[in-house]
Amino acid sequence: MIKVENLTKRYAAVTAIQDLNFEVAKGEVVGFLGPNGAGKSTTMRILTGYLPATSGRASIAGFDIFAQSIEARRCTGYLPENTPLYTDMRVGEYLRYRANLKGVPGSKVTERVGDVLELCSLRDRERSLIGSLSKGYRQRVGLADALVHDPELLILDEPTSGLDPNQIRQVRELIKNLGGKRTLLISTHILPEVEIMCTRVIVIHKGQIRADDTAENLLKSHRATGSMRLEAKVDAAASETLSRLPGVKDVNVENDGDWAIFHLRLEANADPSEDVMRLATSKHWTVRELMRRRPTLEDVFVELTHSD
Amino acid sequence: MKVFFTLLSRELKSFFYSPIAYVVLFYFLFLAGYNFYFQVSIMNGYPTEISVVEAFFMPALFWFPFVLSFPLITMRVFSEEFRMGTFETLTTAPVHDWQVVLSKFFGVLIFYIILWAPSFLCFVVFEKISGRSAVNATGAYLGSYLLLLLMGCFYISIGNLASALTKDQINAATISFTSITVLLFLAFLPDVMNVTAPAIKELFNYISAIQHMQDFSKGIIDSRPIVWYLSMTALMTFVTFQVFQYRKWKT
Repeated sequence: MIKVENLTKRYAAVTAIQDLNFEVAKGEVVGFLGPNGAGKSTTMRILTGYLPATSGRASIAGFDIFAQSIEARRCTGYLPENTPLYTDMRVGEYLRYRANLKGVPGSKVTERVGDVLELCSLRDRERSLIGSLSKGYRQRVGLADALVHDPELLILDEPTSGLDPNQIRQVRELIKNLGGKRTLLISTHILPEVEIMCTRVIVIHKGQIRADDTAENLLKSHRATGSMRLEAKVDAAASETLSRLPGVKDVNVENDGDWAIFHLRLEANADPSEDVMRLATSKHWTVRELMRRRPTLEDVFVELTHSD
Repeated sequence: MKVFFTLLSRELKSFFYSPIAYVVLFYFLFLAGYNFYFQVSIMNGYPTEISVVEAFFMPALFWFPFVLSFPLITMRVFSEEFRMGTFETLTTAPVHDWQVVLSKFFGVLIFYIILWAPSFLCFVVFEKISGRSAVNATGAYLGSYLLLLLMGCFYISIGNLASALTKDQINAATISFTSITVLLFLAFLPDVMNVTAPAIKELFNYISAIQHMQDFSKGIIDSRPIVWYLSMTALMTFVTFQVFQYRKWKT
């Protein structure tokens, strides 16, 4: 669906993205991750035909984004960052305007607009002025606009930024429902979102791709460190004994009255829970809590994009 | 073509979403009506050779609101899109840049026609009531309104260019107001500077809107101003198109 080859974009002295290469197959939901300024928006803007690339090629559904820009744009639904909308129009009116603009046949406009209003739960706001809507509703209007011409590919630039937790959940639900039939490229820096929504993750940092894999594989292959928390009544040398267990990097101790709280940093892919339990039993420690924190995508992200 | 008309209708409607359109329309009708009334009552006082139409299009009471109208109706055309970021949604939709630029030009032009069309009623009413002709020759109606349209095209294209240059409406209005005023007053320059060389005087006369109006409102339809206004409109619109693309490429 998307094919990007050696894509480079330079602004005067700054190189925003350099030699990007990736492909997105039909039906995939790809999370585009990276810290602010990594080049996510730039890449998306190039793909949607808003910015020209300095060099390299990209195509959408087989259409070159530069030479066949109009055809490529027709296959793409795009939600820009911050969702710019005409605040002086009404929701229904705006969507009809956008549908006409994107070449939805006249006889289908009402039907398509009705569909996206339904899909984005905007029925009751059809006659509201966009300027009077809350951020969450505006985001939905933006999404409805991106969907109105029934595109094969959706490019969403930070669809949940600036929303409250309830709205984030609603938008996420909406996006989840869109997957399957359509191809999605979503940029975000909210990581749990990616784990929930995306089948694949592309991590970009300083204009270059750092990783391109499923979230699961990323967790496995990157030496993300997990940790473990143990709360117990222990004897004096406990901390040292624990730190000698295989897979444990180091141990921090806090005291909570009679209880000691240990924070164990683990080596990659290590799971010393059994050893810890065995040790506790043999030493007759009273264990109140033993919790293993698995490495999250956040850990991988931090490791991949940590300034070097 | 459908895309073009979709864009055009949105441009035209957008005037009426804001109160500016109604304020400008009111202000125009009021000034045009007052100008008409004022000229006719002066002409009632003593015999004169000029016709009502000539008297209507000559005084400052016509030129002042005329010049002021262009910044008012063009300032938001592009700058608003840049400021609100809708430029991005607009240019990532499957539309050609020229469709956007032309639809914006014609949108303003249609509004401008709506602005001036009612003034014609003054003459209709005058002829009905007084039973006299408001012109020396019927061609004068055609001439003056044709020139109004041609000047409109040129000044609107200047206004659009100014609006494409900046994110800020006030900047856009200032740029277009200054340029149009300078263009208009340029015609007085040889007189002010006491230049007598006929070639220079002729050159300034050639581009003087006031001179054009004096001719056209008499019914003298000269092809040179027509060429001048149309070619300048094309040039300005072409530059606007270039600026529009440049903005897209540099953001």
